Amino acid sequence: MIAAAKASSTTGRTVLTNARLLCPLTGRDETGGVVIEGKVIADLGGHIVGSDDPEAEIIDCGGHLLIPGLIDMQVSTGEPGEEHRETLATASRAAAAGGVTTIICMPDTKPAIDDVSLVDFIERRARDTAIVHVHPMAAMTKGLAGKEMTEIGLLRQAGALAFTDAKRSVANAQLMRNILSYARDFDALIVHFTEDPNLADTGVMNEGEVSSNLGLPGIPAEAETIMLDRDLRLAALTGGRYHAASISCAASLEAIREARHAGLKVTCGVSINHLTLNENDVGSYRTYFKLKPPLRIESDRRAMVEGVRRGDIDVIVSAHDPQDADVKRRPFAEAADGALGVETLLPAALQLYHNGAVALLPLLAAMTSRPAQLLGLPAGRLAVGAPADLCLVDLGIPWRVDAQWLGSKSKNSPFDETVMQGRALKTFVAGRCVYSYSDHPVRA
Amino acid sequence: MIALAAHYSHQYNSALMNVALASQKFYFPHKHLLGIKGLTSADITGLLDLADAEADYNRRVTQKRDVLRGRTQINLFFESSTRTQSSFELAGKRLGADVMNMAVKSSSIEKGETLLDTAVTLNAMRPDILIVRHNAAGAVELLAKKVDCAVVNAGDGEHEHPTQALLDALTIRRHKGRIEGLTVAICGDVVHSRVARSNILLLNTLGAHVRLAAPSTLLPPASDRLGVEVFTKLEDALAGADIIMMLRLQRERMTTSLVPSTREYFHFFGLDNDKLKKAKPDALVMHPGPINRGIEISSAVADHPRSVIREQVEMGVAVRMAVLQVLAPHLRNA
Repeated sequence: MIAAAKASSTTGRTVLTNARLLCPLTGRDETGGVVIEGKVIADLGGHIVGSDDPEAEIIDCGGHLLIPGLIDMQVSTGEPGEEHRETLATASRAAAAGGVTTIICMPDTKPAIDDVSLVDFIERRARDTAIVHVHPMAAMTKGLAGKEMTEIGLLRQAGALAFTDAKRSVANAQLMRNILSYARDFDALIVHFTEDPNLADTGVMNEGEVSSNLGLPGIPAEAETIMLDRDLRLAALTGGRYHAASISCAASLEAIREARHAGLKVTCGVSINHLTLNENDVGSYRTYFKLKPPLRIESDRRAMVEGVRRGDIDVIVSAHDPQDADVKRRPFAEAADGALGVETLLPAALQLYHNGAVALLPLLAAMTSRPAQLLGLPAGRLAVGAPADLCLVDLGIPWRVDAQWLGSKSKNSPFDETVMQGRALKTFVAGRCVYSYSDHPVRA
Repeated sequence: MIALAAHYSHQYNSALMNVALASQKFYFPHKHLLGIKGLTSADITGLLDLADAEADYNRRVTQKRDVLRGRTQINLFFESSTRTQSSFELAGKRLGADVMNMAVKSSSIEKGETLLDTAVTLNAMRPDILIVRHNAAGAVELLAKKVDCAVVNAGDGEHEHPTQALLDALTIRRHKGRIEGLTVAICGDVVHSRVARSNILLLNTLGAHVRLAAPSTLLPPASDRLGVEVFTKLEDALAGADIIMMLRLQRERMTTSLVPSTREYFHFFGLDNDKLKKAKPDALVMHPGPINRGIEISSAVADHPRSVIREQVEMGVAVRMAVLQVLAPHLRNA
């Protein structure tokens, strides 16, 4: 399954030739090659067609697209606490197969990642078991309880890249103000899930005609926009670094645009699900489409796509959330939220490219260079000295998603049995090939 | 033996003469001392000169004087206090006043009403000086309007604590010979600190460069408009500082989560030997007390040779004697 040592020669030099190099940061788009030495890109460009080094391993990319490996800013695992759902190891295998070279794991574990020792734990487990880079986000409130802020300064020093309460919102505006204000002193990014818990109440899907017909309690889009409006005002008041984790409706995008127009340096993300699916996919109570935030109406989905196209949405995340069958095979209202995503992030995003909605560069930037900039990571670009985190993509290859073959421990993929066009052929992490499609091809 | 007595008597007389000289030269134009706000640089300097002489006097003799003989001083403390209250008590007694302590338990429900009722009641007893501490900002000023005697603010809420600022200034001046031009870093829980507010006013009036260092959640809003330099990293504020004033983390005044833990607070804002090295080699370490070792200051620094925390307490008595003396000419039938 993993072609770990395969691509590394004794000198540690690998040369990738005959590739279409595409860098979302610089806009570079040319045919050429990349020289990998050790863990970094040593050289790249049109002049690289081979190598004089007889020890070097030369890989002909067959004219396929070579891009920086994807950075997925929202990946939940079950480690620690619920390893039956997903471990860092299995999540990293799924990531590698999807061309994702860096995953940012969420703190909503058991216990929550709210203490320096737990950040250390994630980093150690990632180092020992994962095949892609793993960085933790830490909780912004202790135990994700929304009462007291965490040790943001110490957690940041320990390696927490940002702070979030995952799929929970901090309802207390005073606390949110304090967190934004305090985090600013450490230049720490606050990533907030925006859903007013009182307004969302017992809702389980988007509020509207579909929820009425299904007889399910709904969550109005206003639950999101009210919380987002509050946050944007608090970001203005405090000057804190704010990122709306996952917006889902047109009104939220409009609020972000206005805030930026007023000079606020706020950012936002959207999940791949909200770019490719809508509330109608819930169909007859299909729980794999029960998500947080809920899938919205088609015009909201189109607004999200437009937001990516215009660059108003900074980041596309997979919102990878593995759930065991026993919590999904339940009546819709009782089923768990969440869907798999990290392995299908790239192919699902390529749907938007193939149907002409978004050009390749802005689409890939939202999964590479922009999250890298937001999180202060050196990856997400093709440049000399940058980490050799790379993904070789066949844009055209058709294949059918089969949840049984996905790398995750859980199988709750909303794209199960979907025919995709395009996928990762090879994935390199720190110069090492960690995934090769030719080892286990899937037919359409 | 006789020679020795004469020697002490001479010292006593000269110390007392210095006090007399300082007090004769200086006229304090205010009836109350409600805050540093409203005091001129001359007012402050005059008080410090007198307190300086009192400090020397206190070190040499313990004999009572009669500046306030026959006068009644009531210490009215709505908030608990050990050092300030005993310091005022000692100051009054050394000047010959009859001092009475009233510990009033403040009830949060009927605060405003209780305060004015108490003021009227006390006023009927015809005291000469009231020393007042209250947990509400502006309460001392309100009370001063309702009584006929002199009122000294011993701390009102998060507003002012003028005698603390004066004793801090006296401590600094006795070590550095001046206030003007010194760089003073006030560090820690600034937003809840009346000590910080009074010190900012006093130090600015006398021409010091004031810096504040605190996490953003412990800085007063618009703190950059207070005539100070604001830092959110302690080390930056300490670089080149002459004076370091540490403040107590006032967790009892915090109603929401402002700092995550005392561990994190000490890590970033606690003064330890490493951080102390950032300041000038002869920088003084001050703290209004009571100190929380291991929260805002390490034990090693609190007991460091450059720590003047105990001397601040000594200067407190001298400053309060000076304050009581300069108010004396304004007392009823003076």
